[in-house]
Amino acid sequence: MLVEHEQEHDYETLMADPATSAQLVNVQINGVWHQFPKGTRLIEACEQAGSYIPRYCYHKKLTSPGNCRMCLIEMGLPKMGPDRKPELGEDGKPVINWMPRPQISCAQDVSEGLGVRTDSPLAQECRKGVMEFLLINHPLDCPICDQAGECRLQEFSVEYGNAESRFLENKVKKPKNIELGPRVTLDDERCILCSRCIRFCQEIAHDDVLGFIDRGSHSVLTAHPGKRLENNYSLNTVDICPVGALTSSDFRFQMRVWFLKETKSFCTSCATGCNTIIGTRQDAIYRQTPRENNAVNSSWMCDYGRLNFGYLQSDKRLLQPEILSGDKLIAAEWNVAITHAAVQLKHFSGWEIAILASGRMTNEELWLTSRLAKILGVELIDIVPRQGPGDDILLSTDRNPNMNGAQILGVTRWPGARLRDITDGIISGRVKALVALGENPIEIGLTFAQLQALPAFVVMNLLEDESISAATAVLPSFGFAEKRGSMINGKGRLQRLNRSVRGPGEARDDWEILRDLIQAYSGQNSETDSRPGGIHSIEDVFRQMSESFPQFAGLSLSKIGDLGVQIFGTEATR
Amino acid sequence: MAITVSRPKLNWSERLYLPAIAAGMAITIKHFKNMLFGRTKVTMQYPEEKWDSHMPEHYRGAPALVRDDTGRVRCVACQLCEFICPPRAIKIIPGEIPAGDRFAKVEKFPHEFDIDMIRCIYCGLCEEVCPEQAIYLRKDYAITGFTRADMVHNKEKLLEIGGVMHGVVLKWNEKK
Amino acid sequence: MDYFFLTISLVKIVALLAVVLGMMNYTVYAERRISALIQDRLGPNRVGPAGLFQPIADAAKFLLKEDFTPGHVNKFYYWLAPCLAMIPAITTLAVVPFGSTLFGVPMVIADINVGVLFVFAIASLGVYGIVIAGWSSNSKYPFLGGVRSTSQMISYELSLGLAVIPVFLLIGQLRLSEVVRYQIEHGWMIAPFVGDWANPHKWLLAIPMMISFVVFTIAIFAETNRLPFDLPEAETELVGGYHTEYGSMKFGLFFLGEYVAMITGSAIIVTLFLGGWHFPSIPDGSHGWGWGLVNIFIFFSKVAVLLFVFIWVRWTLPRFRYDQLMRLGWVFFFEIALANIFLAAIILAYFPQ
Ligand code: SF4
Ligand code: SF4
Ligand code: SF4
Ligand code: SF4
Ligand code: FES
Repeated sequence: MLVEHEQEHDYETLMADPATSAQLVNVQINGVWHQFPKGTRLIEACEQAGSYIPRYCYHKKLTSPGNCRMCLIEMGLPKMGPDRKPELGEDGKPVINWMPRPQISCAQDVSEGLGVRTDSPLAQECRKGVMEFLLINHPLDCPICDQAGECRLQEFSVEYGNAESRFLENKVKKPKNIELGPRVTLDDERCILCSRCIRFCQEIAHDDVLGFIDRGSHSVLTAHPGKRLENNYSLNTVDICPVGALTSSDFRFQMRVWFLKETKSFCTSCATGCNTIIGTRQDAIYRQTPRENNAVNSSWMCDYGRLNFGYLQSDKRLLQPEILSGDKLIAAEWNVAITHAAVQLKHFSGWEIAILASGRMTNEELWLTSRLAKILGVELIDIVPRQGPGDDILLSTDRNPNMNGAQILGVTRWPGARLRDITDGIISGRVKALVALGENPIEIGLTFAQLQALPAFVVMNLLEDESISAATAVLPSFGFAEKRGSMINGKGRLQRLNRSVRGPGEARDDWEILRDLIQAYSGQNSETDSRPGGIHSIEDVFRQMSESFPQFAGLSLSKIGDLGVQIFGTEATR
Repeated sequence: MAITVSRPKLNWSERLYLPAIAAGMAITIKHFKNMLFGRTKVTMQYPEEKWDSHMPEHYRGAPALVRDDTGRVRCVACQLCEFICPPRAIKIIPGEIPAGDRFAKVEKFPHEFDIDMIRCIYCGLCEEVCPEQAIYLRKDYAITGFTRADMVHNKEKLLEIGGVMHGVVLKWNEKK
Repeated sequence: MDYFFLTISLVKIVALLAVVLGMMNYTVYAERRISALIQDRLGPNRVGPAGLFQPIADAAKFLLKEDFTPGHVNKFYYWLAPCLAMIPAITTLAVVPFGSTLFGVPMVIADINVGVLFVFAIASLGVYGIVIAGWSSNSKYPFLGGVRSTSQMISYELSLGLAVIPVFLLIGQLRLSEVVRYQIEHGWMIAPFVGDWANPHKWLLAIPMMISFVVFTIAIFAETNRLPFDLPEAETELVGGYHTEYGSMKFGLFFLGEYVAMITGSAIIVTLFLGGWHFPSIPDGSHGWGWGLVNIFIFFSKVAVLLFVFIWVRWTLPRFRYDQLMRLGWVFFFEIALANIFLAAIILAYFPQ
């Protein structure tokens, strides 16, 4: 970590202070002395000091093979006198013995008295040369290359390269458009042989499938014989590939990256809650990419979560509130549908009603659900647990993103424990009304006929499923990318969803639907103990929620920040 | 800062304005006469007379997509023109060229390419930005239609206007 | 009152109206063509031969346009204003002798003895059309146009009235046919070549007449809102001035009203200063109906020449600034016209024939 870099230090005083010199070392970067903790990578130190060094093979989460040579700099060690003490120059600082040849900065840790020149004529010349070599065989693919716009090769070529090529011979031809795995497409001509993808597979995904074959300019990246890049983390190689050699088959040719609006969010496909950036254009989601958060997902995310957004734009989305009239569902205005649902629920007392909530709901929605349960007098409320195979990298076995929220907010204590009672109650006819929020009751063992027999079956969901046609009121709601709200991941971290696209059709934000339902049922825009203020925005929901639950005390949606807040458990740093 | 403009001093005949008015009227009547007797000729009778043959090489008419000598639609759907277009007249949906195709090497092509000619301001930035020499402003200028939909040029229409462009760089050759 | 008189008057009214309205349409056409030629363009030349049917197409366009009344206007006055702009301009023509006689019938609709007073009385009503239009439109540009118009008209009506006094000092009557008769006998007011033209007294008198003519003509420019006095509708400053809020035929009425006013103004100038229907060595209608028609033709030809001057001036001169306009009216023309009356009176009193 960087301690000081703006200020120039008096070398003598720093040397004389044993407390600082124990953890910090002094490094001269472009003539200015800085202090860095021992063990800092030189390339990182220079970046923190404000001199970014271009790099291809170096990735801070991976080992440094030092094979691209883009990060060459001039380096020197302090000149030692006969007494093994650094010789001091006229300005009282150590004299640096510059090495005659450039060194790579990505494989070097800082050391005491180290001197670096990142922008000297030699360093500039080196970059120019490396760029020229990299581009010798590089195809003129930018117009069809998905990386264009976020391509390191393009960027550094503009900054450090030449405008023209001096290469007269034919370029080496290599395989293009290879399916490396189900989700990754490789273009070997574009590969600059940085080996980031190979190292990722070995070190992070623990699935050693990639390697280089052949020699010299004929070297190509390929999968080991008989293997495919098909592990659940394969798409991270696309993210870290500095060029367009590895592309996502899903995102391939869909949209140029410069059109994408980037919204910070997190993945809701399992309890890990990997931080993401959602790339959208004109209310369509094109891709999700991981966002660095060392307390949650480092820089990675799994393919399953990354690609799990297509359902938001499927034609199964519910677009229009509906109510049962006669024996058919007909489209209705929102206020009509809400009133209809509320009136239906009024026919029953609390013990005749069951609520099936979801671990995919946000804290705000779950809190409103618990308020609704309280107003209705409902005891029979539970969420549906959702399990799947996990791994020890990121993917959690708990596929509900907000099970912790449901427990903290008291919607359920043992998730799934009361599902039995709900199904039994409905089958026996004791339960006459069911409110299903984002869940399909058929999945917990009920049949369509049993649902159809219910006098009142209110559904709030975003996709059409088999149970919908049994409903007496359908309230279409938003998906994770369409709304704001917070969730608590499996490790107790409160994180925030941001809206990246508008919801489709007449669908509405879930908290609004629940608020309106409560209001239509009780006549109060708030909760039963008539707290002042009422609920007019998602911030109001959070505020009222944080008043009742100490875990959220002092927080608000904006205070959660992009990286989230740990509200219980320990911060696990990867 | 205030600037004081010094007014010219007028003598009495100038202050009368009448000579100036008479001079002005003499000028206008001269123009009138010359025009009346056909001595000045500046107006072109548009639909009957057209400028087409005098149109300079750099004329910026309707933007259009071109094919090259090999018959390939040159556009590769890089969407740079869509990005640069100031009034956002261009809409492209890219597609992937299937493996067996003659031009499979190019990989990408415009599945749909629409230019809304109501929006287009004939600025020529699309031509300038295109890295593939695929879009050119041609000499068609009388773009008309009865509905808004008529005024959207789709890919077929754009290729029809564009025709074949000779002498462009053929960078997608198998050899290159 | 006998039926003969009634029928004859009716026929005269209809005929005159037809001629004037036709002339009005073609003045618009002429304005567009002449302005175009002056500016080295061609002007409307597509509808019919040389664009001659353009006025008909324009009229059809005006009539077929949606007759739209904005919601914020004062409806009654909003509708009234265009009529007020058109009617006085046409009515004035009733007292102007536009020919000698045809089959013994004098070619004037109402040869009343207060002729010129009638002209002023009715013409000054025209300002109401503009003021009411500006006020009832209930929006700022028309309002400014209306205000400008009021002060402009009032200022220039003064010069207008004073400028003709020398003419009537000389003739001693207000009847317009008398003015024409005097000119036939003694030569045109500003060009006394006929009659006793050798008389130096005539030439002396021509000085105040010339001044009257210039002042009167300029005042008529101002009264008809023609450039360089078109401040009430100055497009560059006031959008459209008093008729900004008008559309379709209501706008058309304002537009045409302006041209009718021009025709009326020219007719009066012709009558007062340019010998009316008279042209040297052409006999009057008592020598046969053919000559009667020729006289009428002469009258309208003179009007047409003046209209050309109107148009010519419009496409030559720039618009006055408002303070210049007021200064010109009050400090300049008013004084000149006043002095001119004395000049004429002195000539008449001390240099008898
Ligand atoms: S990898 Fe970069 S430089 Fe190479 S074609 Fe793609 S965008 Fe262009
Ligand atoms: S495919 Fe990309 S990440 Fe892998 S070696 Fe090539 S350039 Fe590096
Ligand atoms: S000419 Fe300009 S406005 Fe028209 S399509 Fe091209 S970039 Fe867009
Ligand atoms: S810039 Fe050229 S190649 Fe790219 S999409 Fe437009 S026309 Fe096609
Ligand atoms: S980044 Fe240092 S050698 Fe590649």
